Amino acid sequence: MTTLTATASPVGPARRPGVLAGLRHTLTLAWRSLVQIKHNPMELLDLSVQPVMFVLLFTYVFGTAISGSPGTYLKFALPGIIVQTALFATMTTGFGLNQDLTKGVFDRLRALPVARWAPLAGRIVADTVKQAWSLALLLGVGMILGFRLGNGVAGLLGALVLLLVFTLAASWLSVLVGVLVSEPDKVQIFGFMVIFPLTFTSNVFVPTDRMPSWLQHWVEVNPVTILADALRGLLVGGPVAAPVGQSLLWAAGILLVFAPLSVRALRRRV
Amino acid sequence: MTYAIRAEGLVRRFGATTALAGVDLAVPTGTVFGLLGPNGAGKTTAVRVLATLLAADEGHATVGGYDVRRDAHRVRQLIGLTGQYASVDENLTGTENLLLIGRLLGLSRADARARARVLLADFQLSDAAERAAKTYSGGMRRRLDLAASLVGRPQVLFLDEPTTGLDPRSRNELWDIVRTLVTDGVTVLLTTQYLEEADQLAGEIAVVDHGRVIAQGTPEELKAKVGGQVLAVRPVDPADLPTVLAVTGEVARATPEVAHQTVTVGVSDPEVLPAVVRRLDDAGVRVAELALRGSSLDEVFLSLTGHRAEEATPTLEGSPA
Repeated sequence: MTTLTATASPVGPARRPGVLAGLRHTLTLAWRSLVQIKHNPMELLDLSVQPVMFVLLFTYVFGTAISGSPGTYLKFALPGIIVQTALFATMTTGFGLNQDLTKGVFDRLRALPVARWAPLAGRIVADTVKQAWSLALLLGVGMILGFRLGNGVAGLLGALVLLLVFTLAASWLSVLVGVLVSEPDKVQIFGFMVIFPLTFTSNVFVPTDRMPSWLQHWVEVNPVTILADALRGLLVGGPVAAPVGQSLLWAAGILLVFAPLSVRALRRRV
Repeated sequence: MTYAIRAEGLVRRFGATTALAGVDLAVPTGTVFGLLGPNGAGKTTAVRVLATLLAADEGHATVGGYDVRRDAHRVRQLIGLTGQYASVDENLTGTENLLLIGRLLGLSRADARARARVLLADFQLSDAAERAAKTYSGGMRRRLDLAASLVGRPQVLFLDEPTTGLDPRSRNELWDIVRTLVTDGVTVLLTTQYLEEADQLAGEIAVVDHGRVIAQGTPEELKAKVGGQVLAVRPVDPADLPTVLAVTGEVARATPEVAHQTVTVGVSDPEVLPAVVRRLDDAGVRVAELALRGSSLDEVFLSLTGHRAEEATPTLEGSPA
């Protein structure tokens, strides 16, 4: 019996997964997160219909009241709506993670000879794809309605990279929530309770100077405002360096606080 | 004899709770080993330690000859794990679930697909192969879960309460699958709180309670250990239960138990039965049922732990919140 086993695997199993294998695991797990959408149309709805609806509603319902005409308002609001959509989308990371934790899928993955970092990396790759999809969709709809890029392809790529860097950092907050709460729905409740007011108390939908002065103090330091300003600069035109620099600082800060907290919480939970 | 699983002195604490209080196990290759115990006994924690999911605070363990801590990655290449909950991705189809595992295990796309097809056929899931797992019944999910843990042809399979919540038919199907696996040479570590399940499947059983192995042996050995038989008495009037308890306890010189208005007590002396009948008659207790039966594993558990497997209070096990 012992001889049989020995001949069956002469080299013996590998001691550690290689980096290449880890990348392959990451891509497989990213595939998994993306193919899920096929069976969960709600997610596609979240990713596609809701942001488009926001663009249409805000442009045509509030556009004239806030900026004088829908066209002017679209130029102002679309970069902000992109930010809002991206931040809401980070919650899917925590939602999916929590689902894996509560349903035991996470244990299954950890009991497989898979690189330790692959499950999280796979999620992040998949979520990045989803972010890119939302961005393309929002810009596409915006273009149809008359939105024009002020800085050409360079500005567009800059906006995409900044958005991905920021949401990558922000998804650690989502991971933390996903690890801490007991069921997936609570991640969505958290998203609604925190991201909703956070994006509305920014200059995403309404220019800062149209708000009560006490609120303006908050709006000016709200990272959502800063990121929206950065995207306006990159996509439409205007100051770029300051808001982009500050956005990156915020991203670094969020990452430094929430990544270690999340990893610690995850270690405790599993 | 070679051992597929060995554990020595496993201790694991969660805060103030000691889930494992020094567990030793030795599971011979190619056998089914049952870990039997109530909720909170430490079964799941033991499985999680052996399946490399959880580090033990003390002690060490090997699976397939590899240390579960130092050589965790090697151990993971040898094992399959089916947890208490059917841990399949509900938003993937049956095929996709198995493809995912196959690809993660390094199979080529074509091989993973072929393996998925064979397993789905083996587990009678071919018809549902292209449906999302969330549309599956409980039994189908469990079968898919088990299929997922077999994609990599594991040498050692951990089944953590594989039939909890299943109807009798699905349970029997799952038992048949486990039996087939063992004839293929797979070593199975099975945890269960169903005494019948351990009796049906396992060649050797370790009874676990409060994080300790309190008895170990073949089902027959465990039954013999308790010696003999169990006397069951059910009075017509439940108000007589205290009297029945007192009488049976005194005559049998053991601690009787009450469940479903029936008093049971382990007996080794054949004289006990007539003596109990006489005493109950003297006390004017009318008896609805009186039986002397061979001890089942149920009674084994009772006599070993002092409480019934089913009545144990469910406590936190394995993963603290």
